[in-house]
Amino acid sequence: MSNVYMSQERSQERDLKLTASDATAETGSTAPGKSENRRRWRISPGRLIVRLISLVIFVSFWQFAAEHRLNLALITFQSIPAPSEVLPALWNLLQSPKVGSHIGNSLYRVFAGFFSAALAGILLGMMIGRSRWAADLLQPPLEMLRPIPGVAWIPLAILMFPSSELSMIFITFMGALFPILLNTVHGVGGIDARLTATARSLGAGRLRLLTEVILPGAAPSIVTGLSIGMGTSWFCLVTAEMIAGQYGIGYYTWESYNLQRYADIVVGMLFIGVFGMGSSVLLRKCGDLLIPWYQIKGARKP
Amino acid sequence: MSEMQSGHIEAREVSIDLGNGKENFRAIDRVSFNIASGEFICLLGPSGCGKSTLLGALAGHIPLAEGCLTLDGKAIIGPSSERGLVFQQHTLFPWKKVVDNVAFGLKMKGIATRERHARANELLKLVGLSGFENKYPVQLSGGMQQRVEIARVLINQPRVLLMDEPFGALDAQTRWVMQQLLLQVWAHIRTTVVFVTHDIDEAIFLADRVLVMSHCPGRIREEMVIPAERARGEQWVTSDAFMHLKRDCLDLMREEHRLGHGAETASELAQQFAGAFI
Repeated sequence: MSNVYMSQERSQERDLKLTASDATAETGSTAPGKSENRRRWRISPGRLIVRLISLVIFVSFWQFAAEHRLNLALITFQSIPAPSEVLPALWNLLQSPKVGSHIGNSLYRVFAGFFSAALAGILLGMMIGRSRWAADLLQPPLEMLRPIPGVAWIPLAILMFPSSELSMIFITFMGALFPILLNTVHGVGGIDARLTATARSLGAGRLRLLTEVILPGAAPSIVTGLSIGMGTSWFCLVTAEMIAGQYGIGYYTWESYNLQRYADIVVGMLFIGVFGMGSSVLLRKCGDLLIPWYQIKGARKP
Repeated sequence: MSEMQSGHIEAREVSIDLGNGKENFRAIDRVSFNIASGEFICLLGPSGCGKSTLLGALAGHIPLAEGCLTLDGKAIIGPSSERGLVFQQHTLFPWKKVVDNVAFGLKMKGIATRERHARANELLKLVGLSGFENKYPVQLSGGMQQRVEIARVLINQPRVLLMDEPFGALDAQTRWVMQQLLLQVWAHIRTTVVFVTHDIDEAIFLADRVLVMSHCPGRIREEMVIPAERARGEQWVTSDAFMHLKRDCLDLMREEHRLGHGAETASELAQQFAGAFI
């Protein structure tokens, strides 16, 4: 490989690093390093109490403000439901026969969109990362589409797909695709050239190189992309459901607003938060199981 | 592990150019040598003299500009598992456990898990790493990582073992242990070894024959046969004969340094490109 090619590769990698962090900033969900994660859980009881008190203060203020219909000029609590109203509303929804289909519909859409995005993102990412020819062929249209947020696709998606179900899945797909794609390309580009040279020296052919070196080498980056993508697909889904849905958590939230069942709005929001975070955490845990070597202290480069 | 195929290397008028366009320069100039099968050769020379480049060509990673390089009469074109390569910095796969790193070559040949693990464990025992099979590379020390690296290359029963300053990054104590280990392993597996180093003691301790290289463009300046008996140990490195050879080498290197003084920029270039040959 010539030196020119090497430096080109490097600058491409830097570009992608930038864009990958762009994607992170867009969704507001950063993927913290593992060590940070661990530190966050290993806290002293004293700090835990402080944190619990903070939570209690927050909820109490919310209760107080809603109960007294506080008007702070810039923000008003006049129509905001209090926690004491939200809890019974939550209980009601949990007991209603519709809850299953709301959650089920949303989960189905997210997973259909997310998994097709994962498949497409990883495949395209590997191709772009490995072959300059594929990069030249595929990157221009993808680069054009990349800055368009998934949500902006809603009107066009409704026109493009005869079924609103498909259009919502498509929007979820678009939301997850780019974080996954970019992180895959970044991961593939970041693989030490000496490792691929070694694998070839040890007798690996093209296909074996992909499955034995490129894919596992890019895996940590891919897992990060999947976890960011999961966050964006929930974000896109909820918005899409508000506009095109029939069932689903986003639809439920919006419907509650239209029917002036304000407490139910907050219930919907809580569901969105719990499921969005839950699936991201679940995904990261599963991903971590796939890359046990990456969890060992000192496994990542400084 | 006993019946190695031959491993006779022949270089005839080999020249290698590195760098693109304007930066193009001749790193190796009309080098010829013969290495008998089962011989332990050290390429000794100052940094940037092209010894790594020559090794890269033997590995099949660097193309020749002129001349011809053969292994057992067949021209060397591209990398192959019959020429195992060990670098200064380990290139173990961080996602594979030690045993799977060692067994990698066998996996590529389609050998079943049980058998390849059995053979990997055998080799790990040979390099003194029994009990570390299920560790990941990052959990090992630098010396251990190089042991795994050597085991991984040897499992392919290569005709030639190419080593590019494999112990250069280790501390002096570990390096000494590893040099002795390498000779022990080599006593078991009599493959041809081409070992690149800039450490005179290392070369004289290990080799049957030392090829001393000169600077810019790289040429073979001197060939020293090391007459010591095998099963070398501390007696050898403290013997008069060793000291004598070392003095000769130092003289050569000093002269080389004086001659190569004007060519420093070019030698820096050579170093830079030799590092980026893959």
